[in-house]
Amino acid sequence: MEELINVVDWSRAQFALTAIYHWLFVPLTLGLGIIVAVMETIYYKTKSEKWLATTKFWMTIFGVNFAIGVATGIILEFEFGTNWSNYSWFVGDIFGAPLAVEGILAFFMESTFIAVMFFGWKKVSPKFHLASTWLTAIGACLSALWILVANAWMQYPTGCEFNPATMRNEMTSFAAVALSPMAVSKFLHTVLSAWTLGGVFVCGVCGWMMLKKRNLDHCWRSLKVGAWVGVIGIVLTIVTGDTSAVTVAKYQPMKLAAMEGLYKGNHEQSIVAFGILNPGKQAFDGQDPYLFDISIPYGLSFLATHDFHAFVPGIEDIIEGKNYDNDGNVINTVSYSERMERGKRLQEMLSQYGSAMNSGNTVLQDSLKTAINADFKNFGYAYLDKPEEAIPHVPLTFYTFHFMVTVGGYLLVFLLVALLFVYKPQILAKAKWAKWWHLLAIVTVPLTYLCSASGWIVAEVGRQPWTIQDLMPNKVAISDLSASYVQVTFWIFAVVFTALLIADIGIICKQISKKSQTDLDTVND
Amino acid sequence: MNADEDKKPGLWSRVFHLYYDGFRSMTVGKTLWLIIGIKLFIFFIIIKMIFFPDFLSSKCDSDQEKSEYVRHQLTDD
Repeated sequence: MEELINVVDWSRAQFALTAIYHWLFVPLTLGLGIIVAVMETIYYKTKSEKWLATTKFWMTIFGVNFAIGVATGIILEFEFGTNWSNYSWFVGDIFGAPLAVEGILAFFMESTFIAVMFFGWKKVSPKFHLASTWLTAIGACLSALWILVANAWMQYPTGCEFNPATMRNEMTSFAAVALSPMAVSKFLHTVLSAWTLGGVFVCGVCGWMMLKKRNLDHCWRSLKVGAWVGVIGIVLTIVTGDTSAVTVAKYQPMKLAAMEGLYKGNHEQSIVAFGILNPGKQAFDGQDPYLFDISIPYGLSFLATHDFHAFVPGIEDIIEGKNYDNDGNVINTVSYSERMERGKRLQEMLSQYGSAMNSGNTVLQDSLKTAINADFKNFGYAYLDKPEEAIPHVPLTFYTFHFMVTVGGYLLVFLLVALLFVYKPQILAKAKWAKWWHLLAIVTVPLTYLCSASGWIVAEVGRQPWTIQDLMPNKVAISDLSASYVQVTFWIFAVVFTALLIADIGIICKQISKKSQTDLDTVND
Repeated sequence: MNADEDKKPGLWSRVFHLYYDGFRSMTVGKTLWLIIGIKLFIFFIIIKMIFFPDFLSSKCDSDQEKSEYVRHQLTDD
């Protein structure tokens, strides 16, 4: 069993490592793609050589990041087939279909038009070139759409039916999978956060160039687009974050409770604005979950349901199956103990189904299939040894959530101030503290990356122990491999991805430094 | 000016020259393509082929066997 836990932990660590590294490249591609497209649109309308030079500068940075980041996501698919083989079989075509659409449609669209974007300046008409730039940016976002649809299905499995004969989930409605509330909110929140990161990145690079007093006009042009895209991105990220919270409250209440360190819920539940968790706290031990907290009354009830008076269940309520409407009536009585019993009955039925298949008893197969699918949402609970096993890592979920929200609030202020400086540059020109603002802009870039990674940690750690919510825990999804095998590939990936990241940062910094010393008001081919 | 000089190259010729001229005039792009090549070699030739076989295919010959294998894993039969 200890060996199994090690395999699960190492496989999770490997997936986390590769996913986080992959996500360091992706948001900049999505964000800069839009920014470059907007810049080229301005050039197309104004025919100004200055805007063309600015567009080409950022297009080079986009190209470096795209080239080094491309295909880093394919590693995750390798891991599914080797480390997570039970899961890969169990999800059937549900995971494969969105990824196939991504491969056929989005990736080819992106890779075709990116060639026109870089090689076609004097080969195609300005209008066709502009269209190619926009299609590259849109293609990148569509790539993200399909992988996020697949991820959303793992958080909220819908649009499918389990086939006990093949042991696979079969898609019954592509629309239900692609347009589930979880998929829509996840896609919008993630892509818009990438626009924010793109905007902040432009502000950071311009901050550095302004500190060096290089190409100030180019910086102001860049900031105009970067700050606008960033402001639109962060405002919409906050709006879609609110939608995401409502979706999580509805479909993954345990995750929401962990995000808030909430063990016992209430009507008119407050939200923790700042808090330090009690590290010794365990479910049902009666201890205060916080050593210190500053809370906003009614906040969590409103965040989760848009109703100040609604009941928000805590971790212990969810385990005990307690939930109430606004009049105090019980509306959910299925405890985790009950779900574990139901899961074990389903597991037994699945075993009987196998025997019925072998004996050719089709009548029994049909009745078992109906019974299994009627209660399939409890299937994964069969594998829990105790209800508390379904609690995610509360401190990691809590702190990363609060870090993400705090930095998100800071980014809104930062980008609004950046936008103010764009339209009132004299404020910054006269200010003695201008260099501190530029330094702040530089520091904000890595802070935004950490914020973005935190969002993913909340989403993925917060749904533990599930690989597929309620249907399959990690320890069942895993392949029968040795821990040492996974450890070897973990370290290979750590080395390869670190090398790629160093190359990415190194080449981008070199390009910025080199090009900032040329005249960026004129086009230098 | 004669008619041949006015003649526009065909679509495929223009597509070919888009890529040909584009690759020839690359500067930083050459370094990037080198990195992409090394990366894809490491990913697909070394990592995928040596360390990431399809686990179920290595254990089972058919989809039916894979179903039975996963049933066994999930039911402890």
